[in-house]
Amino acid sequence: MELVEVKKLQVQLDAFAGKDVYLHLETTNGSYATHFNEGFFNAGAFIRNVVINYELGKVVGESPHRVGLKLPYGWVYAQGITHYEMDEQGRLLLAGHDATGKLAVALEISETPFSY
Amino acid sequence: MALPEERHVLVIFPHPDDEAFGVSGTISTYIKQGTPVTYACLTLGEMGRNLGNPPFATRESLPEIRKIELQASADAMGLTDLRMMGLRDKTIEFEDDEKMVGMITGLINELNPSLIITFYPNLSVHPDHEATARAVVRAVRRMKDRPKLHCVAFANDTLDVLGDPDIVHDMTAVRDQKMGAMKAHISQTAWMLEEMEHKLAQGDADTENWLTRERFYAYRWDQDFEESF
Repeated sequence: MELVEVKKLQVQLDAFAGKDVYLHLETTNGSYATHFNEGFFNAGAFIRNVVINYELGKVVGESPHRVGLKLPYGWVYAQGITHYEMDEQGRLLLAGHDATGKLAVALEISETPFSY
Repeated sequence: MALPEERHVLVIFPHPDDEAFGVSGTISTYIKQGTPVTYACLTLGEMGRNLGNPPFATRESLPEIRKIELQASADAMGLTDLRMMGLRDKTIEFEDDEKMVGMITGLINELNPSLIITFYPNLSVHPDHEATARAVVRAVRRMKDRPKLHCVAFANDTLDVLGDPDIVHDMTAVRDQKMGAMKAHISQTAWMLEEMEHKLAQGDADTENWLTRERFYAYRWDQDFEESF
């Protein structure tokens, strides 16, 4: 993965617009957050292989970036994106890694389903 | 330290690396003694958060990395019967409960273990650990001749709830194998190992103790975590 360069990532996002694509969206603090800090309110969300079709995708802000996908009747967005990669299977993988290297958010788009 | 003789030991945990810190010494010792050991690992730890910065893996490449690490850990322990059960990390508690019991029962029926090692229900912190523990206890509860059930518990209130562990294995003799298992999972353990080796180098007794002594609770059927299932 490499650090997000807004212009380059924008080109990749544009390439998936108007297509049925499989979505992976995840935010997480890890399952041990409350174990190590009892007062911590641990919230997260995980979506995998839900099909969407966005009309506009946009990456904005200084790093960590925000990435939003505008759908005909709704929205998808992720905050905290730092890295991205177009993998060898043509999937656009976006991720937000904190300073210690832990994944905090992931947003991925693929024309074929992600593995189970 | 020689461990009591067993017919077959079945270890059931949900994540690659769950075996490394708490039980890899025990597994290595049984194998050295010639006791057959099976490790059933329910997921490939697909949701592991430690991907590095700069990242050494993506969400999609992590499972393959962890699969290789899991096999390397098995090799370090001398374990030849490693089962990857194909569930997905952080989803076990959402699986059908009866299906989970069926999966565990299938392993028990096939392997006929005299000892099963897993997590202790309600005292193992991670939702996957808890769901695994529940499924194992439920499967064993239904058996007429129950194998022994030794459980790992590490919730913050473990001592308040269960007191001191009833089973403590001194694993000094298999320290190398245990270190090998922990190092095999390097994608997830690098930071922890660095801190641990620093403390060991300073002669920190707690760390040495934590490393060489593996602690288990025999499951308390007289205080079963649920009345029935």
